Amino acid sequence: MKETEISKHTISVLVDNESGVLARVIGLFSGRGYNIESLTVAEVDADSHQSRITVVTSGTPMVIEQIKAQLSRLVPVHKVSDLTLSGPSVERELALIKVIATGEQRVESLRIADIFKARAVDATNNSFVYEIIGSPEKINAFIKLMEPLGLSEISRTGVAAISRGTLTM
Amino acid sequence: MAERILSGSEVVLQALADQGVEVVFGYPGGAVLPLYDEIFKQNRIRHVLVRHEQAAVHAAEGYARSTGKVGVVLVTSGPGATNAVTGLTDALMDSIPVVCLTGQVPTHLIGNDAFQEADTTGITRPCTKHNYLVKNPDKLARTMHEAFHVASSGRPGPVVIDLPKDILVGKAPYLEPAQVQHRTYNPVVKGDRSQIEEAMEMLASAKKPILYCGGGVINSGTQACKLLTEFTRMTGAPITLTLMGLGAYPASDKQYLGMVGMHGTYESNMSMHDCDVMVAIGARFDDRVTGNLDFFAPNSQKIQIDIDQSSINKNVPVDIGIIGDVGHVLEDMIKVWKAKQYKIEANALDSWWKEIEGWRGKHCLSYKQPKDVIKPQHVIRSIHAATRDRKTYITTDVGQHQMWAAQHFGFEHPYEWMTSGGLGTMGYGMPAALGVQVAHPDATVVCFTGDASIMMNIQECATMTQYRLPIKTVILNNRYMGMVRQWQQLLHGSRYSESYSETLPDFVKLSEAFGFTGLTCDNPADLDDAIKKMLEIDGPVILDVAVDDKENCYPMIPSGKPHNEMLLGQETNGDEAIDSDEGMVLV
Repeated sequence: MKETEISKHTISVLVDNESGVLARVIGLFSGRGYNIESLTVAEVDADSHQSRITVVTSGTPMVIEQIKAQLSRLVPVHKVSDLTLSGPSVERELALIKVIATGEQRVESLRIADIFKARAVDATNNSFVYEIIGSPEKINAFIKLMEPLGLSEISRTGVAAISRGTLTM
Repeated sequence: MAERILSGSEVVLQALADQGVEVVFGYPGGAVLPLYDEIFKQNRIRHVLVRHEQAAVHAAEGYARSTGKVGVVLVTSGPGATNAVTGLTDALMDSIPVVCLTGQVPTHLIGNDAFQEADTTGITRPCTKHNYLVKNPDKLARTMHEAFHVASSGRPGPVVIDLPKDILVGKAPYLEPAQVQHRTYNPVVKGDRSQIEEAMEMLASAKKPILYCGGGVINSGTQACKLLTEFTRMTGAPITLTLMGLGAYPASDKQYLGMVGMHGTYESNMSMHDCDVMVAIGARFDDRVTGNLDFFAPNSQKIQIDIDQSSINKNVPVDIGIIGDVGHVLEDMIKVWKAKQYKIEANALDSWWKEIEGWRGKHCLSYKQPKDVIKPQHVIRSIHAATRDRKTYITTDVGQHQMWAAQHFGFEHPYEWMTSGGLGTMGYGMPAALGVQVAHPDATVVCFTGDASIMMNIQECATMTQYRLPIKTVILNNRYMGMVRQWQQLLHGSRYSESYSETLPDFVKLSEAFGFTGLTCDNPADLDDAIKKMLEIDGPVILDVAVDDKENCYPMIPSGKPHNEMLLGQETNGDEAIDSDEGMVLV
């Protein structure tokens, strides 16, 4: 890979779930001028109070290496893993999408939702809220199709990711 | 072991004592009154009262840097904590181990905009290695011990512990240091053996090697400095030091090329530029060292040794990056070098040294001392000569005087040079000297400063007097913010915007007002006498030396230029305006 080529990386960070830990991670990205394309965080081990942060970021190979090194040296960080480099991985995101429409547009949105395996989780006479789970690309495609059909509000979780096979953090 | 239940303040003091803390630099206030009450009741730990919280941190830095121990600071909530921020940032940039205790409003008031409340952990998060807010008394003792471990191990740095007043007043269990282990934080100290072997093979094959060493060697300790000297002599390679590394290798040694970087020597920078194998040891390729990265050591292979993984491949990609403590890695390097009986090819090394001698022949630091006006470089050299037989520690402020001190005062040992390198904090010098003198009461401590820098923490004169700290403060007084004036001359058409010190105090009267001696000198013939008198006085002295106000600091790599385009000085190619838009935007 060229030294100047910018690529997207999904990085998983295992941290102590203590106050301020998310601020440390976000502050590192903003303070050093790195991109955050998406960020998710939740506790994954209640007994040992560990949370998993998934960051999707982009940069040159040198910048990505810096990001991982900078994350690793934060005191409450247990482990940093670059899922993009460590082998195949599964990336999933959930989105809630509100479509306000009547008549043919409303029916069309239902048909497309069916194709995308999106579920209607709320319905009124002139609106739906769809829940869709998939890769960010799939969600982007769904949103694009909903745009002319009364798309009015979007809420996305950001990417959660895990490596395929027996590999663990 | 049965838990001992103490008050929060007692836990803090007990933890400090168990961590071997002898002195705390601080300033009281409402939120830390319980701690000050506890300090009053004991005599194990000495408290030094500064006159501004920024100075407390710089004093702790001076203490830490001159002893290798952790410096400890105690300040109150709100303004106490915010005033400490500059010092904390300074310690972070220069990797100085400091533990700073800040008071905080009681936990039930946090977030209510209470009197003297500030979001201290929020504010200090980017300017500390780590910080804590103690909300649970059960975690107080653990946090105290952890903070010392984090501050002093790995790449050292400042750690803040924010202590709400109710935690200090309430009960808390005490744990001994041995009972506390950190779950996640365990820095690597041993370097990877195969990488070290690879690195030694690379160095042994060099024709134009150079060792480029920084503050990391000093942080690693006196043993690491000894090993560095041993390794350098074994290889026969030239060595250069960064501003933060001065003293890691004896300046009088023939293999030493002087400081590297923007105001480094010609021979250092040319050697860096032309080398074929560079070994960076505890140095982080700072922009003041590298100059223009596009032209930095263009034909070299690079080896970097650093305890901080993020320092490797940050600015300059290296061929071999070894993560580990410099001392440990040097030990292994020496073992490998000996075991494999490596030797840099003698002919190649000879002709490399010949080339270097050619650059040395430029005598880039030379100056002429006229009869009528004192050259600032001459002041540094004269004081160096006058203090050679004493144990002497030097601190500086920031600017031309700092660079002249770095260039002209030869440092033979580690821990004797205290300066604000990364952050470049004017006002660092005098408070840092306080910390050094507290740690070394019998040594000579000289603070080189400028007429502008000295004004930034001038209140610390009162601390010097109170504790009878016999610090010798030498002002290289050119009535300008000299480095600002120099850049304005070179880059901004000699338009000296706001850089003239219009109304300087009379430093003799000022010294007397604070209760110590002030001296002046403006005649080259009187300089040695003035220095002698200053050193003989048993107490603090400010020596105000009127120096040539037109003198610029050379040699100089102008911003945005490569190492081999140095300005050498007034008599050669210096003092001409630099025509570079690229350089203009750089700092």
